[in-house]
This record gives sequence, C-alpha cells and structure tokens, in this order.
Amino acid sequence: MWTWFFQLASPPHFYRMAGSLVPWLLWPALLLIVIGSWGGLVQAPADYQQGDGYRIIYVHVPSSYLSMMVYVTMAVAAGIGLIWRIKLAHAVAASCAPIGATFTAAALVTGMLWGKPMWGTYWQWEPRLTSELILLFLYFGYMSLRSAFNDLNQSDRASAVLALAGVVNVPIIHFSVLWWAGLHQGPSISKIDAPSIAFDMLWPLLVMILGFTLFFLGVLAMRVRGEVLEREFHSRWAQDVLRGASPMEAG
Amino acid sequence: MNLGLGNLFWVVLQRDLLVAMRRWSDICNPVIFFVLVVALFPLALNPRAEFLRALAPGVLWIAALLAALLSLNQLFRADIEDGTMEQLLTLPYPLGLVILAKTLAHWLVTGLPVVVVAPLLAITYHLPADAIGILLLSLLIGTPTLSLLGSIGAALTAGLRQSGVLLALMVGPLMLPVLMLGARATDIALSGDDPTGPLYLLGALLALALSLAPPAAAMAIRISAD
Amino acid sequence: MARRRGGGFREVDLLTGTGLTLWRGANCLFDALSFSAAPGNALLIRGPNGSGKTTLLRVIAGLTLAEEGEVKWNGTPVIGCDNSGRHLMTYCGHATALKPELTTMENLRFFARLSGYPIRQIGELLVASGLAACADLPTRVLSAGQKRRAALARVFMSGAQLWLLDEPQTNLDSAGRQFLERMLQEHLAGSGTAVIVAHQSIDLGAAPVTVLQMGEAA
Repeated sequence: MWTWFFQLASPPHFYRMAGSLVPWLLWPALLLIVIGSWGGLVQAPADYQQGDGYRIIYVHVPSSYLSMMVYVTMAVAAGIGLIWRIKLAHAVAASCAPIGATFTAAALVTGMLWGKPMWGTYWQWEPRLTSELILLFLYFGYMSLRSAFNDLNQSDRASAVLALAGVVNVPIIHFSVLWWAGLHQGPSISKIDAPSIAFDMLWPLLVMILGFTLFFLGVLAMRVRGEVLEREFHSRWAQDVLRGASPMEAG
Repeated sequence: MNLGLGNLFWVVLQRDLLVAMRRWSDICNPVIFFVLVVALFPLALNPRAEFLRALAPGVLWIAALLAALLSLNQLFRADIEDGTMEQLLTLPYPLGLVILAKTLAHWLVTGLPVVVVAPLLAITYHLPADAIGILLLSLLIGTPTLSLLGSIGAALTAGLRQSGVLLALMVGPLMLPVLMLGARATDIALSGDDPTGPLYLLGALLALALSLAPPAAAMAIRISAD
Repeated sequence: MARRRGGGFREVDLLTGTGLTLWRGANCLFDALSFSAAPGNALLIRGPNGSGKTTLLRVIAGLTLAEEGEVKWNGTPVIGCDNSGRHLMTYCGHATALKPELTTMENLRFFARLSGYPIRQIGELLVASGLAACADLPTRVLSAGQKRRAALARVFMSGAQLWLLDEPQTNLDSAGRQFLERMLQEHLAGSGTAVIVAHQSIDLGAAPVTVLQMGEAA
C-alpha cells in the first residue's frame, strides 16, 4: 500500500499514470453528461410552477456542488503537501484552484439565468448565490497569493495555509449567510432541496452530478500533468517527455 | 531558559506597545481613516436623520473592517525587515504565543481606538443610546476577531513587497461572517429586538479565532521568513 | 557542490548536519552536504558570494527548510512543531534585529528579558562593547558598526551554547573586531560551539577550527 503510494507520488510515475487515466475519466464523463442532458431536457416533465425554466438546475446544481467539492479537495491536497511535504500534492492543489473558480463562476451565471424567470431579476441577494460569490472571492484570493511569490516552494506552502484557513471558514460563511438571509426574507425558499422531487426529474440530476465529477477529475489529471511537467522542467524525464519519448523509459 | 510563558507574552506585548508609542502615526492613521470613511456616507448620500440611522450599523462596521484591513499590512512587516522576526523564530518558546501577543498589541493600538471613537460617530448618525451600546459591544467582541483573522493574512504576505490589495482580497472574505453578525446585532437592537443571539455567535467566532488563528499565523510567518 | 574538509564524525558531536540538499529554482546550493561541530569547536563557512553560505546558516538555525537531510542539535532535529530543538542556540544574521524607535538600552533589555540575562549587567556589557555613550540614543541614529556591536552584545547576552554568526565582522572597526574575537574566544574556551560565515580572517585563539568550503572554488 505505502510503496504504491510513494510510487504514485513520484512525478514521472504520476505523469504516466494520470495520462493513461484521462480518457477513462473524460469519455464516461461525456457519456453521462449526454445521458443526463437528454434526461433533464427532454425526458423530464416540465415543473408545474416553473415551467421549463427549472431545467437549468441540471447545470447549476452540479456546478455549485463541485465548486465546494473542489475547494475541499484543494484544501486536503494542500494540507497533505504541507504536512508530509509531498510536492505532487501541492501540484494538485495548484491545479484545483482555476477549475474550482470556473465551476463557481458557472454556478453563479446559471443561478442568475434561473433568477430571471423566478424572481424577474438576474440578481437577488439570496443565500446560495451570495455564498457562491464569496467562494469565488476565496478562490481569487488563493490564486493571487499563489502568483505573488517568486519562490515556488514558498508559494506552495503559503497558499496551503490560506487554503486550510479558507476551508475552516467555508462552513462558517455558509451558515452565517443562511442566518443573515433568513433575517431578511423570512424562511427562505430553497430552490434546490425541494421537499419531494419526482424521480423523473431526479435521476438526470444525479447522472449529471456524476458526469460533472468525472469531468472534474479528468480535467484535474490533465492540469496536474502539465503542472508537474512545468515544475520538473529541468529534470531528465521531463526533458525526455518534451522531446517525445515515453516517460516510462526515462523515469 | 527561565522565562514563564505568561512572562514571555507580557514582554513581547510591552515591547510592541512601546514601539507603537514612539510612532504616533501608526496609532492615529487607522482611526482617522475610520472617521473619514464614516463621514463619506452622509456627504455622498443623504444627511436625513432617519436615513442615516438605518445606515449606521452597516456603515460603522464596514468602516471598522476597512480600517482593520488597512492597518494589518504593518503587523509583521517591520519585524521581518529589521530581523526581529528571525530572533522570535529561533526562540525556544511556542511561536503561536508570540504571535498572539503581537496581534493583541496591534489590536490595542489600531482596533481599540476605533471601538472607542465609534459611539461618538454613531451619535452623528442619530443612533439611539441602546443601539449605541450594542454597537460598542459588538465592535469590542468583533474587531479582535478581525485582527486575529488578519494576522494569518499579514503573516502570509509579510515577506512580499506589494501586498496591500492582495491582503484585503485574501482576508476580506474570511471576515464577512463577523461583519454580518456585528452589523446585524446593532440593526436588531435598533429595531427594538433582542440582539443577544448574534452577540453570542460573535463571541463563539472570537473563541474559535483565538484558538486557531495564532498557530496558523505562526506557520505562515515561518514560511514568509524562509 | 560543497565538500567537507577536516573533522571526522563522532557520535557525541553536539551539532551535526547530514545529507543536506537545497535547490533554489534550478540552482543547486548544496547537495548531500554533511558537517559536524563539537563543543569548544568553531565551524567556519567560507565560499564566494552566492554559494549558499547564508542559506546554510539559516538551515542550521531552522529558519530555512532543507529539501533533504536534517540538522541535529544535541540529537534533536532543529525543525519541529515545537521549538525545543532551538534550545540554547542564537542566530545573528545580516539584519541586526534592532528597533529604530527604541534606544540601545531598551532594545537590549528586551532580549535580556527573553534570555534571562541579568538586566543590571547590561550597562557593563555596553561598556565592553564600546556602546556606553549610545545607551540612551534611539538605534535609528547609530552607525552601521555600532548597530553591529549591539547585535553582537545580544548574542553574548543570549547565553546560548551554539552561536550562528553570519559575517559578524561586517562594518566593524578594529576595536569592534577585537571585541568580537575576545567574545568568541571566551565562548569557545567555555566549551561553546560557533558556526561562522566569514570572508576575512578571524582569530579564534586556541580553539579547533573546521573549515567548510562552499561553492565551485573548493
């Protein structure tokens, strides 16, 4: 188990493994997203209150779920990198940030598009949208701290501390936003956890969430490969890869 | 070495206060900035009494948060530049305690004056006396939390040349719960309801920050000084 | 690449570094560097500019993290979650750690309280270091050499067994250098250990000296 783990953490092995993993993640992701989209956009019935407008949840919910998941993944990777001094973990954390920020932005945009038919306005200071907005700021803070350092080692460790501080704060921010919103609007109508959602509407959502998650993992593997290659630029295996040889022979 | 931990805390605190006393602008600038921001709103918006009263909790809290963000940049910077931090880092004592003493000194010098001046400014916003009391209390519990959260960001950016905006961008979102709770508590008192709920939550956040922020900032300052 | 010269390994060595490796970007500052220093011994780190002398000293002080290898002080790694490994060690870098707003006396009193040095003896120390006249001046107005003397007085006050000095002779006049050498000789004679980054020659009296040559010039 441990030898396998350390082998995985060695850059050339990871580079090779992640490379062969990418198609196994991205093709199923595409398949699931196509099935989920068909289920959500064609097969599921229209909502009796919201009509067809609700169908954007098939993008909004997976995006907002992943925006949080990616942050947690990033913080866990950063923590592993900080405690056990594993460089690969820092590379994973660094690669998570832009993906997470993109999912957060997607959740915000789809939330706003949904808001137009629901509230008649694109923006409402509603707890979920507000939380997503704050989360976007957390991602921006992380990425700009990361880019502020010249020394990669320092940048890795400093941004790891920030990610850990952020992940402790995410639930606090979430609950205080809920509390704050409850104060103004009375009990807020939660759009997402509707009391009972019909099975016809539910299964495409679950399929989409799974598809988005695989898509995230596939993109993450691709980004980490690039990140590792950049970090190991001077090593022999990376030079060999760049010249087109297989990293296996070089590693 | 023969120095108790309480003594260590006191020695560091005393020295930081002494240094601050010799640099008056460090003490005055944040509180002057606070007054300035609060004075901007009636000028830019509308000086009608009932309008200002509704605005007061939010405006005073935002101004306090901005004053805290601006002053935090200096928390560890001078120590890193003049080599004091190297000495503190090689002490055979827990670094978190040293950081806590420095953060407390920083709050006493920059945060406390803001808390003291806030009730005076609240009067110019026509806030009733009981709401002013709650405002004072919420600032007294909330601004130390801001300083503690900020100490993490200040420690992370202490070695960087240009860090003012970066620090605000990093720490600002982390400070939002304190802002929401503090401003809301005053707001609730203004509308005549019982504000103890948010005040307790503010207290809980202070306790959490007291226990978690100093070790995190200590880890961060080791990285910055590397 | 750096190489170790002289001085063999002994288990009882107070200060040991083993297999230290550190890269700065694409530059290798040192690779598998090892050294040791026993009580009463001085370790002189020499080498051209940019050969990683200061960085090595910071690694020994536990201020900088080496990528591989470890520095042990009395058998305890210097980098740990608690600071216990830093016991009885003092570091004196390029920065003097003096607050320009405080007087020389106030600055030294702070470090005396931290290290348990008797406050009443600071006056004598100021006389010995030639700083008696500036005791009540803010260190802002001191010359670079006077600040260096104050920093060395702090090293003396620390009472540490291990002194880590980064180019301690910088800015010192001949009287200042004599003060430094006297201090060091006394420290080593009392079975203290010193690691010194030095460009100029330094008279350490009878104490055994190991030279650690850094950089390609070795």
